[in-house]
Amino acid sequence: MRSVLYILAGVIFGIVMVKSEAVSWFRIQEMFRFQAFHMYGIIGSAVVVGAVCMTILKRSGLKSITGESMKFPQKPPLYRSGLTGGIIFGLGWAMTGACPGPLFVNVGAGYPVMLVVIGFAILGAFVHGIIAHRLPR
Amino acid sequence: MIDFLFEPWPWYVTGPFIGLLVPTMLVLGSAFGVSANLETLCSIAGAGKISDYFRVDLETRMLNLLFVLGSVIGGFVAANWLTIENYSIELSSEAIASISSLGITDTTGLQPMDIFNWNFLLSSNGLIMLCLGGFLVGFGTRYAGGCTSGHSISGLSGMQLISLIATIGFFIGGLVSTHFLIPLILTP
Repeated sequence: MRSVLYILAGVIFGIVMVKSEAVSWFRIQEMFRFQAFHMYGIIGSAVVVGAVCMTILKRSGLKSITGESMKFPQKPPLYRSGLTGGIIFGLGWAMTGACPGPLFVNVGAGYPVMLVVIGFAILGAFVHGIIAHRLPR
Repeated sequence: MIDFLFEPWPWYVTGPFIGLLVPTMLVLGSAFGVSANLETLCSIAGAGKISDYFRVDLETRMLNLLFVLGSVIGGFVAANWLTIENYSIELSSEAIASISSLGITDTTGLQPMDIFNWNFLLSSNGLIMLCLGGFLVGFGTRYAGGCTSGHSISGLSGMQLISLIATIGFFIGGLVSTHFLIPLILTP
């Protein structure tokens, strides 16, 4: 049952990402050139809605569907790797026009070349994992 | 009456929709974020034999992988059944001019066919843009501890400082790539 809900949430994500055009290399170029408000509108309104919902959820004391109290995961405060890794990702984001979500959505949307890009992204994650203990944090 | 479904959806509809995935995933018992799945795929492929880093409990991670599977299905549904024929993105005229100056003259469709085809992939430019680009996406997101979904949407929704710093990093990299590297690679 929980599995079905995860798939369903993914389907909605995939549809919305295509219909918003956020999966498009064109839109990412336009964003990084500050030539349209479109992408900033998407990310900005997503954060506002996400933040309001999260505040309500925290106050509600609602349980998750597993019956446990809801967890609000915090990312570890590793500022140096956050910035450095972020810059490395940003370089690739502009080249491929896709962050990890859109990489997968694009395969469904009819761009099988993205399977190769995903392969290299997995390789990048693999190399990171191998040398993670030696990287500055 | 349902014609609007087949047109592109405006940002003030799609943005809030994506924002709603943040509480949705929390209710489902995990956090909204995609890039950790790249590590899960390494673990499934047996990377745990090479490094302890990839020895993880796969149970909740498999659920997140189902989200990714769903997103592929969603991409298919939207592109095949919810899109008009001969569709083009309404880019700003400035964007079309900048993109054309890179030698990409066909701005029809969701993606530039000049880039997302097998011949370009196997060219030297394609190897940099798509293969090296993909590698940087995988390495960078995992080093940063998240991507656009995990940091810029989920993390910023939770007012986490690390996510703001990572998002600033995403933009520094993206701006350098867009204004310096990509013109260097693509300009004919």
